[in-house]
Amino acid sequence: MDDFLAARLQMAFSLGFHIVFSCIGMVMPFFMCTAHYLWLKRKKAVYLDVTRAWSKGVAIFFATGAVSGTVLSFELGLLWPKFMEHAGPIFGMPFSLEGTAFFIEAIALGFYLYGWNRFHPWFHWFTGVIVGISGLLSGILVVAANAWMNSPSGFDLINGQYLNIDPMKAMFNEAWFSQALHMCVAAFVSTGFAVAGVHALMILKGQNVNFHRKAFQIAAIFGTVAACLQPISGDISAKDVAQRQPAKLAAMEAHFQTEKGAGLIIGGIPDTAAKTVKYAIKIPKALSFMATGDFNAEVKGLDQIPQKDQPPVAVVHYAFQIMVGLGMAMLGLAVIYFIALFKKKNWAESKWMLKLFVIATPMGFLALEAGWTVTEVGRQPWIIYGVMRTADAVTPMPGIAYSFYLFTAVYISLAIIVSLLLFRQITMVDKLYDSSTDKKIQ
Amino acid sequence: MVYVVIIFLWTAILLYILLGGADFGAGIIELFTSRANRPRMRKKMYEAIGPIWEANHMWLIIVIVILFVGFPKIYTTVSIYLHIPLVCMLLGIIARGTAFVFRNYDAVKDHMQKIYTPIFVISSVVTPFFLGVIAASAVSGQIDLHAQDFVSAYVFSWLSWFSASVGIFTVTICAYLATVFIIGEAENEQDRQLFTRKARRTIFIVMAAGGLVFLAAHSEGIPLLRWIFSDVPGIIALILATISLVITFVLLLRNKPIILRLLAGFQVTMILFAATYSHFPDIILLKGGDNLSLLTHQGQVKTMETLGYALLIGSIFIIPALVYLIYSFQQKRGSKEAH
Ligand code: HDD
Ligand code: HEM
Ligand code: HEM
Repeated sequence: MDDFLAARLQMAFSLGFHIVFSCIGMVMPFFMCTAHYLWLKRKKAVYLDVTRAWSKGVAIFFATGAVSGTVLSFELGLLWPKFMEHAGPIFGMPFSLEGTAFFIEAIALGFYLYGWNRFHPWFHWFTGVIVGISGLLSGILVVAANAWMNSPSGFDLINGQYLNIDPMKAMFNEAWFSQALHMCVAAFVSTGFAVAGVHALMILKGQNVNFHRKAFQIAAIFGTVAACLQPISGDISAKDVAQRQPAKLAAMEAHFQTEKGAGLIIGGIPDTAAKTVKYAIKIPKALSFMATGDFNAEVKGLDQIPQKDQPPVAVVHYAFQIMVGLGMAMLGLAVIYFIALFKKKNWAESKWMLKLFVIATPMGFLALEAGWTVTEVGRQPWIIYGVMRTADAVTPMPGIAYSFYLFTAVYISLAIIVSLLLFRQITMVDKLYDSSTDKKIQ
Repeated sequence: MVYVVIIFLWTAILLYILLGGADFGAGIIELFTSRANRPRMRKKMYEAIGPIWEANHMWLIIVIVILFVGFPKIYTTVSIYLHIPLVCMLLGIIARGTAFVFRNYDAVKDHMQKIYTPIFVISSVVTPFFLGVIAASAVSGQIDLHAQDFVSAYVFSWLSWFSASVGIFTVTICAYLATVFIIGEAENEQDRQLFTRKARRTIFIVMAAGGLVFLAAHSEGIPLLRWIFSDVPGIIALILATISLVITFVLLLRNKPIILRLLAGFQVTMILFAATYSHFPDIILLKGGDNLSLLTHQGQVKTMETLGYALLIGSIFIIPALVYLIYSFQQKRGSKEAH
């Protein structure tokens, strides 16, 4: 494998791994605090059990998230030194603030995990809320850094020199808001559906139903509300991309020819050589509307972008279809769930509803990974859009392929162990928490 | 502002060595504890370190962030030429962090522990070892920016007796910090004696490892002695460290855990001071005598300013919270023991 490809794959793999853990580490505290709140208010032991069980999950995910994040901060330099040499001082601002946010999160988690029965109950609860808020802040900040790679600002490029650096302007670049919003909502969607799905499965299996029902309700509400917001935020993102990165939008849509009143292509197999998309459904004028809000506006196609500046069309197009498709599926499920909650109470816990949630368990995370593929691969061949090419940023050290194999092996084994651990947490619920009788053992 | 940033950088490195070091040390001494005493040792360690564990490796991240924002040339030079030991250290960090969590949070404590524990222990040795190797390689003129072939550019940049001996020295320092730290956690006389014996033995090992560093430096022509003894502050720092080591040794016989901890922290601070003072502001010494200095390779004014403010503002939030965290757990533990 060539070193450049290996470096890209290693980066993608590490990030794809980190994102799962960081999203859960970011969102689970909110679930946990909700359960904790209900326990403090209603004093039903089952809520305490749910809180405790989830706090263990938070600890596991936080630590794995922190470890994989530490690795990432090194990998940026190990794999992309030329990029970091110039970008570090410019987009470093969010990273330095993120350091603070992480730190507060870690301290608050120390209070929360070890603070049972040591502090005033509401202070203890509040430290949990801090964990959630600072986690969310870290997410927003790091995405602002990534947004800078999509819409570089806050410096002047003069004769290959990066001058007049303004880190604040770089942080609040044009893309930060739409990306950070979309990312945060996505974190709630993916974690919400994943957690709800697991508890739905346990209810269906008839194990400790009282416990899992409470857990399911909390996760499902968070997930479904977020799923309704996601397409709105996605629309904001799409309009933003259309303005700032026409090449990415064209690749997402496999939109080969520039035209007015462009149609929206759904599905299909893009053929880059023939510049057509086979077997696709086309909705007239919808792309123009989606990208600009005007049915007859012109949308730039790949024909206006020099060959050497085009991202790989097929990958971006498929990834985009997967994300939007899954987003729509989850939106559909969310709507059904709301009907159940407000109109048809007996649907809410019916077998088929739970089964739908079980099916939807991985959807959020799949959409999340697909979305990042759109963003990152759609930015290619640039590492800093329009400024620096990815190929110019890679480390001069040969043999990255071996490092890629090594890290891949490590990540795969970690993923297996974490899954095993979670599996054991969940199956142990029965023995650790006997929630049917409102009495606690352990 | 650059000095504010440098102070933060130095302090973060120090705190990582102290707090992270004690944490690594916990795993190292587990390796050298008889099977019978191991569970007790482990339990004490976990109680002592657990609450601040999550915050510990944040210091390392702060070091990295300060380097890549403020001193990008230094960060990238290290990343390119010390790629291999960095990867080894990262593997250690991954293995250790996850094994720690797994063995403490696994819902069932069964044979899986037999897998987590060796991983935890081995990575507790590997990580600080490579940390030492990286630090030593950075300052010993082994990195060659003009190297032509793979081996001299990416292997001999760090592979030397000197780097290895500093690696070993770092491991022993970690073990030392942990043994001193844990004495304060002992709840009964028997434990206290066990831990004290360990601490005294580690002092000898630290001194032996220190000697090894000087030997290796001598045999490879690294003027370590001249660096340290070329200026007064360096000498004073080293003398103070030695005196306090003697005091530590004496105090080990009495029951003064808090003072012991402070002394151990002081010694490490002095060692780091002596090691960095003599070639400040240079932080990377390259082959052929070229150096990368923190002052000439700093970022542009605006970057350094915002970084400085970000760090200052961050510490306003972090320091009180961290102090309160440590304080309240010491406090609660104290009151629990009094009952
Ligand atoms: C649960 C996950 C999820 C779901 C259901 C969706 N997305 Fe998404 N999307 C993401 C998760 C995501 C993401 C992984 O979080 C990305 C990657 C970078 C980012 O900011 O968000 C993303 C990026 C992303 C981008 C590129 C942004 C950029 O490069 O700046 C666009 C245009 C959309 N999304 C649009 C949509 C639309 C129209 C959706 C309609 C349902 C949608 N997304 C659902
Ligand atoms: C967490 C979600 C993310 C995922 C799944 C992800 C995925 C990817 C993928 C697939 C690539 C390879 C693209 C290609 O070479 O074709 C890549 C590259 C890269 N990403 Fe991301 N990314 C994520 C977030 C980020 C963030 C937050 C940053 C920085 C702040 C970042 C920085 C980079 C860099 C530096 C590269 C290498 C250069 C490049 O290929 O463009 N990524 N990422
Ligand atoms: C979209 C991409 C990313 C998101 C949303 C994200 C979010 C997070 C969150 C929420 C955490 C806290 C851990 C937890 O609560 O489980 C975390 C940890 C971490 N992340 Fe990321 N991250 C992303 C990408 C990156 C990148 C590219 C880097 C590297 C430069 C990075 C560096 C770190 C570090 C160093 C930690 C550990 C902090 C600690 O010890 O608490 N992250 N990330």
